[in-house]
Parts: sequence; structure tokens; C-alpha cells
Amino acid sequence: MNNLSNLTLVETVEGIKSKKFSPSEVLSSYEERIKRSKKLNCFISETLDQAKKEIKKINIGQNNLALLGAPIAVKDLFCTSNVKTTASSKILENFVPTYESTVTQKLWDQGAILIGKLNCDEFAMGSSNETSYFGNVINPYKDGKETLVPGGSSGGCASAVSANLTVATVGTDTGGSIRQPAAFTGIVGLKPTYGRCSRWGIVAFASSLDQAGPMTKDIKDSALLLEVIAGFDSKDSTSINTNSSFFFKNLSKQIKGLNVGIPKEYRVDNMPKEIDDLWSEGIKILENCGAKIHSISLPHTKYALPTYYIIAPAEASSNLARYDGVRYGHRESGRDLIEMYENTRSRGFGDEVKRRILIGTYVLSSGYYDAYYLKAQKVRNLIKKDFDDSFKKVDVILTPSTPSAAFKFGEKKDDPISMYLNDIFTVTANLAGLPALSLPIKHNSKNLPLSLQLIGRPFDEQTILNVGYAIEQEVKFKRSISDWWM
Amino acid sequence: MSINKETVKKISKLARISVSDQQASKLEKNLNSILSFVEQLNELNTEKINPISTISNQKLIMRDDVVKVSNQKEDILKNAPEKNSSYYIVPKVVE
Amino acid sequence: MNKDFNYFLQGEKEKWEVIIGLEVHAQILSNAKLFSSSSTKFGAEPNCQVSLIDAAMPGMLPVINKFCIEQAIKTGLGLNAKINSFSVFDRKNYFYADLPQGYQISQYKFPIVGEGEVLLDMSYGTKKIGIERLHLEQDAGKSLHDQDPTKSFIDLNRSGVALMEIVSKPDLRSPEEVGEYIKKIRSIMRYLETCDGNMEEGSLRADVNISVRKVGDKNFGTRCEIKNVNSIKFMQQAIEFEAKRQIDLLEQGKSIDQETRLYDTKKNETRSMRSKEDAHDYRYFPDPDLLPLELENSFIQKIKNELPELPDQKKDRFINEYRLSNYEAAVLTADKETADFFEKVAKNSDVKLATTWIMGDFFASLNKLQKSISNSPITVENLASLLNLIKTNIISGRIAKEVFEMMLLDKRDPKIIVEEKGLIQQTDVKEIEKIIDKVLMDNQDKVTEYKSGKVKLFGFFVGSVIKESKGKANPGVVNDLLKKKLS
Repeated sequence: MNNLSNLTLVETVEGIKSKKFSPSEVLSSYEERIKRSKKLNCFISETLDQAKKEIKKINIGQNNLALLGAPIAVKDLFCTSNVKTTASSKILENFVPTYESTVTQKLWDQGAILIGKLNCDEFAMGSSNETSYFGNVINPYKDGKETLVPGGSSGGCASAVSANLTVATVGTDTGGSIRQPAAFTGIVGLKPTYGRCSRWGIVAFASSLDQAGPMTKDIKDSALLLEVIAGFDSKDSTSINTNSSFFFKNLSKQIKGLNVGIPKEYRVDNMPKEIDDLWSEGIKILENCGAKIHSISLPHTKYALPTYYIIAPAEASSNLARYDGVRYGHRESGRDLIEMYENTRSRGFGDEVKRRILIGTYVLSSGYYDAYYLKAQKVRNLIKKDFDDSFKKVDVILTPSTPSAAFKFGEKKDDPISMYLNDIFTVTANLAGLPALSLPIKHNSKNLPLSLQLIGRPFDEQTILNVGYAIEQEVKFKRSISDWWM
Repeated sequence: MSINKETVKKISKLARISVSDQQASKLEKNLNSILSFVEQLNELNTEKINPISTISNQKLIMRDDVVKVSNQKEDILKNAPEKNSSYYIVPKVVE
Repeated sequence: MNKDFNYFLQGEKEKWEVIIGLEVHAQILSNAKLFSSSSTKFGAEPNCQVSLIDAAMPGMLPVINKFCIEQAIKTGLGLNAKINSFSVFDRKNYFYADLPQGYQISQYKFPIVGEGEVLLDMSYGTKKIGIERLHLEQDAGKSLHDQDPTKSFIDLNRSGVALMEIVSKPDLRSPEEVGEYIKKIRSIMRYLETCDGNMEEGSLRADVNISVRKVGDKNFGTRCEIKNVNSIKFMQQAIEFEAKRQIDLLEQGKSIDQETRLYDTKKNETRSMRSKEDAHDYRYFPDPDLLPLELENSFIQKIKNELPELPDQKKDRFINEYRLSNYEAAVLTADKETADFFEKVAKNSDVKLATTWIMGDFFASLNKLQKSISNSPITVENLASLLNLIKTNIISGRIAKEVFEMMLLDKRDPKIIVEEKGLIQQTDVKEIEKIIDKVLMDNQDKVTEYKSGKVKLFGFFVGSVIKESKGKANPGVVNDLLKKKLS
């Protein structure tokens, strides 16, 4: 029964509903792999024992449940009732919420079973999963003998899906945290439109950018999972009240006549040839599918990353003020309240988180607000306008997902800027609130996955899913992983 | 603009994160490299551009004035590092 | 009336003027908090009215209470202020044990209410005080420092309760004006039922900004802020102390530091809170968890249409409709309950009598009993009934005062009291003549004196007759008859 973990989410649920196999059999096959994959360090908490109890309660007759019996681990940024939720930080090391995030509740309501909480960069701040208090996650892909980062911040999610340790997962994406690790591990990652999914119960990084989304083995799974987790939530003032969409049912590879934009500004300096070639291949595939290709301009692209690195830390500096050792989480001692705060936050947060809190504090501080924060808010508007203009002409935009394939540990750790550059293609969609999808296309000469990104109009996830589906049918990408760690 | 060690200490104080002299030196370097990176934005003239703080153009949703939450004392005190049966407890606040 | 304003402080060298601006924090009367669904009731057990949002648990998000927005708009309209159709919620960032989020959601650049004004009735005329703005914000929790020598205890019941901060222009010039201003704002909010104005329970607090300048100077001096003073009396004492402190410093050639000061009610002094001030840089920025608040005109108009009569309008109406003096109307409309009480009594008896009795004996008795109108032993019906007994000459004013005292004790209908005790006024001429004859008979010597020119004795005869009648004889009738008999 070992091969059950090779199945996609859609195949798994169909198999359970048609009684080809039982939910317990599916769970066991994941359990076995999880036990043999500790080396990848994907899990911060495992809830397999609880899952075994839950799975017995499943009524196979409930054909209306979209995720019936699917064993799913989620990023440890989603608060889960009575299950430790750490955000990969020492400061929340022993935090056990009494409440369940809206997005994860929707999974369980549709019959999915929680099997664990997945490692990520601390408070989702990072692009290599190296900032986690619980240690590095390892990419199931390897560069020869050397291990690689899984990307970040949803690195544990990406490795876990790629290595078949969970049938699918939900991550969060603030500047590329779903799409970049998805690209590094050869899976599909979708960041929905800002407001599509509720942020209620998700540990916040940057409120105006954060968005939860599916990370899956293929496009169909992403469509299904998005359908489950999307929806207006009256508990989140920024969630958007739109009609529910049937992404899975409406999935179609028919993209003839569709207008695809190729933004010239994404052809950045020093872009590796393999990425350039990948992009050209993608264009060719879409042409073959009958799409019309247009060269477009998004003139403020180069300012997206600097804008992001003002806005995200500014919001984070305030969002993370609640971790003060008073009501929950880690506390260090201190002679008085202020000393307790300073010790708690100094030792409870890791270096990257502290760096961002300090930058954020600085750009909001008196005398600097206009020069940094206000300026960034204005440039954000320019970036959004670029997209508004382009989407008058095109239906979808095609770009590479990342400027390179997965890299080695330590490679960029001491230079924040070179690490930040990882998000150069992904961060624009967060700033403009647009849906964006990363999907694997091929392996490079080192057998590492390379991915392309599709950016869509607000609330038009369907189109990027359809285009992704069409490409997927053409490229027939198969992850090539040897289970070397077992 | 670039920041010196003293500014690093000042913003650390504001953010309630204690930093040693050694950490402050490293942070000074890191933060300055980030600041010079983000200062690329100064190339743009944004005089007539409206700032946006959120991407949504939805109207602010509102809640009715109804009490829905009853006593949740146990839930909110559950994870507290120091507490008694009624209160969170912290080291003395000095004014 | 027509006195001149005269609150100037004489220093060693110069005469000084005091400049005061107030930031009033008024708790909105709502069932639930500003951004969460937990209760706002006063006096609950510690931490029993705290939601996950109020405790700032990870991932919790604010959703605004519509009623609180309506209350702010209502109050803004009551202050004759401009309602802003676009306003923004900002985060004010600072760390404090009873501030769970590490920031307070407030409004900074774009408040919901803009400029307005209130009118104060001073002995030297009507004074207009400008309102700078009104904005919505969250209250913080409470820290208890006296439970343990090394620890502080935190209660978050108040955390997230909706407040309106009403900022005045620096138009106030004396402790007396400050008192009147607070009373006026409170009266307006009570009329509108947007805030109960209860200073003891903390639902109305104020920060006082104060500076001094030489009389005749045009520029403002450096100001100090006195935080969170919670009674009008203390506010006035704090202002007096602080003004003198500033004058002393300036006359010694020293300068004033712009700072926050704390008023110590026990020592009656203000002292610097510099430790707190030092680190403050609130880093306001728009709260990304909330969208801007955009109000449609129809929403504001609907609230406007439903506004009740406000104190100033009621006062004008009382002056016109009941012919009250400005002073009487101001006193009777200062709070809505009094105004309603007066109006009902007046309509059911007599305006003049209602005015004098309510402003006189009635207020005095409430004061003495420490009761308010709502729990007064004297009801509208009973007071009107008493005044009608006077009006129709059934009892005299003097008897009425006795009856009133009895009503305070047993809350009964005055008609029953009067009947039971036989206090009905004697107006029967024949009966009174009998008494007069008896009095004159008993005092023949005085009658002789009177007739020989000692007219002052008339009062003695009136008094004796009334006394003889046990207070029941109608003084007017007694007067008339006596005059005839003695002529």
C-alpha cells in the first residue's frame, strides 16, 4: 500500500469515495513515510495519533465532502485548536491555541484530517527556511551530494508535498512564500487574490500582503483545495465578499485565443540562461495551445522589492508587538516590565525577525515615515496601476517563478539583500493583490525543478488555473526524487 | 540616509528588543545595506501619487452591536507564562 | 450677569492668562466593544469580558461595531461638527502591559469627526469653545500595582472598549470654563445617549493641555499635558497648581519643558512623567487589518434626522415657550432628566410654580438625600399635584413646604396628606372673621396702640391670626379682613 502516498489529492479522495482503499490505509502510508523522513525536518508537530482516532469517525458515505479522508499537514502559521502553533519561533515554542483558523477549519469541515504542523521560516520571514527556530528543512531534491534549501517561507510545506509526506497542504504567501518554495521543490503553489481567503487565525506577518493558498502535486489539486479554502469571512475585514467559485469543476485546458502578457522588465540583469530558456519554452507552449502572446511593460517592476522591504517590515514590526511575554508564549525574566519585554523579545525572536522588526520600526518612526513608508505606499500604487493597465490588454501574465533553481544552505544567509532577491518575480503579485500560480515545467541540467509563474486579474484564479492546466498537460512534468534520505 | 549605532540602539529600545554593542554593530551594517537598497525608490517622483495602505476596494464591513462572547477567561489565560486564577501577572511596572 | 471675565493670575511681576485645551475620552454606550463582540459592562470579574481579539491572540482580527460609528457621528452632530465621509483607522504603537496588541487602534490623520463648537453659559456671557476633532479609539486594560510588591496584575476587561476622544481647541481660559465645558459636553452626550458621562466609573476622563502667557501676548507658551484626571474638581485644582508652577518658572527666567505630567490628588501637585515620555514615538500608520471607513451621505443624514432635541435647542425653547430667564432655562436643561421632569410638572400645574419649586426645594432635597431625579421620592405626578393645591389656593405656600417634607418621607399623594392632616387652607370669610375677632379681643392694648399710629403692629396681627388658624388661614383673606376691622 506504500504507493498510496504517490496519489494526488483528487485521486486520493476519489479512491476513498469509491472504496478502492480506506482512509486508514491512506493515513498509514503517509505515516510510514513521515516516520522515515525525519531527516527532511518538515514537521514541527505530528498529530498522527489524533489523526488515527479522527479517521475512524469518517463516514465513507459522505460523498459530498470534497476532501473526505485526505491526510493534510499545514504550515505552522495556522492556529489549530489544541495543537501547538509556533510560527517556527522560540517565542511561540509552547503556544497552544484554543481556536482554529478559518482556512484550516474549512479543510476539516470537508473531511480532511490534520496530520501535523509544518516547519517554515520564523514568522514566515525568509526565502530558504533557514530562519526557523526548529532548524532547516531539507529539499527532497539534491544537487549531487549536496543538500539544498526548500525555499521559504513555506519550506516545510513544499518539501512535505514534494516528498509525499502530505497529500497537499496550505501555506501562506506574503512576498512569494508559497510560490518560491513550490518552484524549488517541483510542486504547484497558488497565491490567491488578496481577500479571497480569510486571514483569521493565521499568525500575521504583513497584513496587507499575507494570503493563504494551496500547495499541491498538480493543478487539479490546487483548484480543488482553493475551492475549499476560499470564501468571505465576516471575522476578517479584508476578506472580500464575492460569489463562490467552482474552480475545480470549471477547470479547462481550452485557452485558445487567450491573451498572454510577457513583461519585458522581468528579464533582469544576470538572469541565468536556463531561466531565460525556460521562459521561452513557456511562451512556445502557450502559443502551441492557441494563446496570443503580447510583449507588455510593467515599468515599476524594479521598485517592487524595495517597496516590499519597507511595507512588509513596517507592518510586521507592529503585528509582532503582541509577542511580549505577557499573555502567551516565551517569557524571559526581568527586574521590571520593560526589561522583561526587552529580554523576551531579544531572545525569543531570531536574527532575521529582529532585523525586520527594527527596519519596520525605523521606517515608521517620526521623521522617516514620509521618506520611507509613505513613499513605499505611493510606489505600491504605481505598481498596482502597471498591472491595471496591462490587464486591459492581456488576460494573464507569464514570468519565471524564481531567478534561479534551489540553492545550497548558507549560500545567502549572511547577505539579506541577496536573499531578498529571491522574491523578485513573486513580490509584485502581493503588492498588487493579484492571484499568482507557480507550476513546475522541467528539470535543469542538475535535475533540479524549474517553474513558471502565471499572474491573473483580481479574483480570476480560474484563468491562471486553466492556463496552468493547459501547460501541465503539455509538459507532463514528473517530480524526480530518489528518496535518498530514507 | 544611513543610520549609526546610536540609532540602532534607539529603535531597538522602541521595539523593546535589547541589543548588545556587538549585535548593534552587526545590525548597523545589515540595516544600512537594506536601507540603501530600499532607497532606490527615491529615483521616482511620486509627488502626485496617492499612497495606498490596502489593496482592497471593498467597503469596510461592520458588525452589529451584539455581545456574542461570554466568559473566556480560561481560554485567554491558558497560555500565560505567569498568572493566578484571575489575572495575568507581570514584573512590576515602574512609572 | 454682565460681570467681566476675570481669571488672571498675578505673579510676582506680571499678570498672566491661562490657556487650556482638553482631550476628553468618553466611553461609548454600547453593548459590545469597538472591534470585538465581548461585553462592555462595568464592574465584571477580572478578565471575564475578554475575547480572543481583546487579548490579542495570534491571528485575531478586528471587525468594527457599526453602532459605535453611529454613536460617534451622533456626538459629532451634537457638537455642531463636520462629519467626515472618509476616515481611517491607524495603529498607535507602544508597549504597555495592559495594551495587548502592542498598539492601540485609533484615528490619526483622518478622524471621523472634524471641527465643531460648543457654547458655554458663563456669568460674563456666552462663550464659544472650538472643537478640533472627535475620533474613535480602543481603550486599554487595567494594571493593578498594589496587589504585590514586585508584580503587577493585568485585567483586560476594558481592553477594546470604544472611546471617543474629543479634542477642544485651546479656547478655555479658566478652571471655571473647564468645568462648564466638561459639563456641557457631558450634557450633550447624555441627551444623545452616546456616553453616560460617569466620571467615577471612568467612562469620562480628560487630559488637560495647559500653558500660560502674559496678559496681552498673542503667542501661546509651551504647554504641558496633565494625563487622565477623572473629576472636574481635580481637573480644576490641577490647572490652578500647574498654572502657578509655570508662572513661577517663567518669572524666574526659566523655560517650560513640553512634557506629560501626572496630577497627584493627595498632594495636590503635578509632577513630570518623563520616564514615559522619553521613548515615545507612536509610529502611527493605517491599520492594514481594516479598510478606510467611507460613509454614505444617506447614512449620516439618517442619523441627523433622528437626533433628539439638544441642550441648547431645549434651552431656547424653554425661554420662548415658558418665558424662563436664561439662567433658569440653562439650569433646567443642563441634563435631560431634569428638563423632562420640569416640562411634565409645568404642563400639569403651573410654569412659575414649577420653576421655583424645582430649582428650590426640589433640588435642595435631592441634594440632601443624595438622590437623582430617577430615584427621587417625589414623582412628577405628586409634585404637579402639590403645585396645583397651591395654585388653586387649597393650601398656602407655607403649608406646601410642610406637605413637601412629608412627601419626601412617605412618597404619598399630597392631596391625601392634606386631607388626612386637615391642612386645607381656610378661605371662608366668616370662619376667619371669627378668629380675627378673637385675636383682637385678646390683644386690645395692641389694637389701641395700632390705632394711635403704631402701624407696624399689623404684621403681628396677621401672624397671630395665621397662627391661631394653625397655618390654614389664607394670608390674602386675612390681610383684607384685618385692614377692614382695624380701620
